[in-house]
Formats: sequence, C-alpha cells, structure tokens
Amino acid sequence: MSTHVAEIQSHGPGVPTFAKVWVALLAMTAMEVFLAYMQTPMMIMLTVLLGLSVIKAALIIAYFMHLKFERLSLFLTLFPMLIFCIVLMLIFLGDAYRIPMMRPPV
Amino acid sequence: MSTHVTTAAAGSLWEGGRSPYLTNSKKFGMWLFIVSDALTFSALLFAYTYSRVSNPNWPTPFHFSPSIVFSSVMTFALLTSSLTMVMAVHSMNQGNRAAAGRWILATMAAGALFVGLHLTEWMNLIRHEHVTAFGNEWGVPLFGATFFAITGLHMTHVVIGLIYLGIICQAVMRGKFQAEDVEVAGLYWHFVDLVWMFVFPLVYLMSAKV
Repeated sequence: MSTHVAEIQSHGPGVPTFAKVWVALLAMTAMEVFLAYMQTPMMIMLTVLLGLSVIKAALIIAYFMHLKFERLSLFLTLFPMLIFCIVLMLIFLGDAYRIPMMRPPV
Repeated sequence: MSTHVTTAAAGSLWEGGRSPYLTNSKKFGMWLFIVSDALTFSALLFAYTYSRVSNPNWPTPFHFSPSIVFSSVMTFALLTSSLTMVMAVHSMNQGNRAAAGRWILATMAAGALFVGLHLTEWMNLIRHEHVTAFGNEWGVPLFGATFFAITGLHMTHVVIGLIYLGIICQAVMRGKFQAEDVEVAGLYWHFVDLVWMFVFPLVYLMSAKV
C-alpha cells in the first residue's frame, strides 16, 4: 500500500502548473479589484465576486492542496457534507431581508 | 450467499487494515480539521452577510487608497506565500531539505508581511475612520463587531500558521520530519489563504469607497 501511496504522490503536478495556477489566481484577484474600483452595481458585483471566489477556492483546493490527485473517496467524504452545511445557512438570509421592514419608524 | 458476502467483504477497502483514502492519518486529520474550521468561517461570513442585509445603512469605510490598495497587496502576499509553500512541499518530495527550508522561510516572510499590513490597515481604520468593535460614526456597531471578529480570527490563524511553519522549518533544516509533515503544514497554510479568498471580496471589496 505504501508503494501505491508513493506512486500517487509522485503523479502530482509540476512547477509550471503551480506557476500557472498562481498567475490565474492573481488575474482573478485583479479582476475583482477592478470591479470594486469601477463601483459596479451591488448585485452584479456580488454575483461576480462570489463566482470568482469559488473558482479561486477550487483552484487552491485542487492544485495547491493536491485534492485533484487524491482518491475520489477522500473528496466525497469531505466536501458534499461541507457544501450541504454551508448551503443550509442560506435558510436564515430571508429573515435578514425582513428585519429592516419590521423596525418601527424613528 | 454467506460465502459471497464473505468474499466481497474480504475485498473491501473499508474492512480494516487498509487505508481506504490511500493517504496517511496526519493528512486525513488535517483535512477533517480544515472542514470543521471552514464551517466556522462560513458561519461568521454568513453572520456578516446577515448583519449587512438587515442594516441598509451599512458603512463603506474602505477608501480605495489606502484600504483597498493595502488589502490587495495583502492578498498578493498570501497568494504568493501559497506558491512558495507548494514549492517547499515539492522540494521536500524530491529530498532537497535545504531548498524546502528556504521555501518555508519565504512563506513565513510573506505571511509576516500579511500580518504587518493587516495591523497597519486595522490601525488606519481605528484612527481615521473611528471604527471599533463596539461602535462607529455610522451608528452600525455590528459592522465593527463582525469585521474585527472575522479578520481577527483569520489573522490569528495566520499567526498560528507562522508558528507552525517555524517549528516545521527548523526541524526540516535539522534533518527531522518527513515530506508528509511539510505537506500537512502546507494544507493548513493553503486553507488560511483559501479563507482570505472569501474575506477579501465580501468584507473589503463590497464595502469599497472610490
């Protein structure tokens, strides 16, 4: 088994791949800062920023944290539960929209 | 039928005595910690979003210069530190301990730069925008409370990461620890970087003032 583990580890990405991922992450960050500088409308900006953040997170997890080169069972054990729990938190956001309307006028 | 069940179980990865994930226990343990810590940060970011949505007069105190410029440089430092950490793991996998030690030191330097800039940015916010954890000029104390809670917890993670990397670095340079130990430390460091990829846009960029 340990031989197999060593084989799996040796099939990881090389330095050029890491450099490409780093450049992609920097480019996406620059795009985010540009959107803030241009004062893009709130909902468009939030959607684009969250989209870019998820892509950046996926790149970091896949390449820097090496998960793309691990067994699928490791990914399936860790991530569906995590994503499910995070999505569950969205349930509360509806309340946040109602609160300003429930405040008595000053 | 019982024979069939016995044969199937004997071939199962989950029967015991084998590693179903083909990874070592330290790495798996770190992954479990990362998942639990990701839930902590997710809950804090949701609390921030909830507070923001429920307060229409949410402050936007981050001037493009210096706040957004500072936080962009901080993001650059953290992303670069992730690259140097990956290089440290790569060097260690190739058996080059001296290079691995140097890459870890470079990672620590970038991390220290992040903490230094972050503290400067905090002081700027406290002194010039009069934002504290308990109040501000906009009358929305939840802004300071959530901002300092999220960025403070993240900065604590960075400082713990610096101590962790310092311990790993001196051990690697003295010929102790294996490649897997550096890789596990790297997982923690990349997670700190990963969290910032959500804090930076949601907390800073969404409250930027040009």
